[in-house]
Amino acid sequence: MGTYRDACRRGNFVISGEIGPPKGTNVETMLHHIDTLKDMVDGLNVTDNQSAVMRMGSLAVSGEIVRRGGDPIFQTTCRDRNRLGLQSDLLSASFMGITNVLCLTGDHPVVGDHKQAKGVFDFDSIHLIQCCHKMNEGIDWEGNELDGAADFFIGAVVTPEADPLEPQMYKFARKVEAGVDFFQTQAVYDMDNFQRFMEEAREITAGTDTKIMAGLVVLTGLGMAKYMNRAVPGIFVPDALLEEMGSVPKEEQLHKGMEIAARHIRFLRDNAVCDGVHIMAIGKEEIVPEILEMAGAVDR
Amino acid sequence: MIISKKKPFEEILEDLEKDKKIVILGCGECATATRTGGEPEVAEMKEALEAAGKEVVFTEVVHTGCHELDVKRILRSNKEVVERADAFLVLSCGAGAQACRAATDKHVVPGCDSLFLGNIQRSMDFLEKCSHCGACVIDDYGSICPVTRCAKGLVNGPCGGMSHGKCEVDPEMDCAWVLIHEQLKKEGREDKRTTTHGPKDWNVIRRPGAVVERGPDKLKMGSEK
Repeated sequence: MGTYRDACRRGNFVISGEIGPPKGTNVETMLHHIDTLKDMVDGLNVTDNQSAVMRMGSLAVSGEIVRRGGDPIFQTTCRDRNRLGLQSDLLSASFMGITNVLCLTGDHPVVGDHKQAKGVFDFDSIHLIQCCHKMNEGIDWEGNELDGAADFFIGAVVTPEADPLEPQMYKFARKVEAGVDFFQTQAVYDMDNFQRFMEEAREITAGTDTKIMAGLVVLTGLGMAKYMNRAVPGIFVPDALLEEMGSVPKEEQLHKGMEIAARHIRFLRDNAVCDGVHIMAIGKEEIVPEILEMAGAVDR
Repeated sequence: MIISKKKPFEEILEDLEKDKKIVILGCGECATATRTGGEPEVAEMKEALEAAGKEVVFTEVVHTGCHELDVKRILRSNKEVVERADAFLVLSCGAGAQACRAATDKHVVPGCDSLFLGNIQRSMDFLEKCSHCGACVIDDYGSICPVTRCAKGLVNGPCGGMSHGKCEVDPEMDCAWVLIHEQLKKEGREDKRTTTHGPKDWNVIRRPGAVVERGPDKLKMGSEK
């Protein structure tokens, strides 16, 4: 399989998965997930202390994906490192053969498991995008020459269900202006809303090569779906999907969630709503191949 | 206004464990307004310490608790009684406690925790709106400071944690970026929403801040030094 960048440049319907590094040194499950997915998707995101919960580093795990022949998408947040730390890690990433970088603000420490930690936020996600460009041009943030330029494929995120949406769209426009190769959205469930978002987003990205991938978090049960609605900012699971999840007994709900994800992939691809999907199974990565099969997205 | 809160009395007693004779200083400015170190709080503390077996040898609410010359003058003019003290308990912000530090070599105990530079919205209702970042940029943001009022200090728009216009850190707290956008619309300055700002220059407020030359036009800090 080619790289994530190749898939984007070729104009394929791009599919990525996601790996959450372990909290601890036991990498067995994670390696199994990497090996299961690396050849079925175009790229594999690696989360960076996701939800501000301390875990194994995104950099090391991204490097391991390279070693195993996959193409990692190195998630990098501004929460834990200042501009020195971020750039240093970006150079390290380059050394390790990592080229896709997803630039994120990062959740506030208070939502995670080290609530007393100082959030850094020296850069914001836009500065991080700008910084990747500078490194691609062979200079650091301050304009000092680098001995060897980077070659990053630069990603960012956007939240289509943000309420209110307007400030989010202005930030999206600034990211596009800063130069983003690909966007992965926060999880979307309401396809009508997402189509409306995409119309607006396409107006902003017009004239650029920016690709937009819909974020899909697989619903694993009715309780989880309700929890996401209640507790996760920027995620909205419509009533019709809640009813659909509730229409089957609890033990069949995971399968129902997989069906919904596969249906959304088909819809987005067959109607050319967006340029690809980013599938998040949050610890249940072993179900992703079956979803791709249901969506007719294997052996693309 | 420096917003402070009272430390738990048990914590103060622990800090004063080895001290018998105590001086209590309050502050006539911020700590009076926040009711943490005004006349009533100093009197209340005196009573509580005496009930705990301490001897309070002197109390004073300093006009401006962080004015080091003020504090020195008061201690000097009450030299005899003050010299008998084992420790000074200061009911004000950390600046006040350290003004006392500059005026005596004895044990100085802070009686309050300093929280933030707060606007007084109404009596005992304070909100942090400025965090003295050294380079005021609020004109670009409808005069609502994102460095302070966004929990992450983001200068280019909201993060993905905003929910129904509220902040991920506190669902009761408005997202600063929603406020900024609404304000810019009210002013008819929507164009400001399309400007990308660079990261803050933290060198301009390198700590500790100090005026190195007298006179307001000569005030220099951090990178200017």
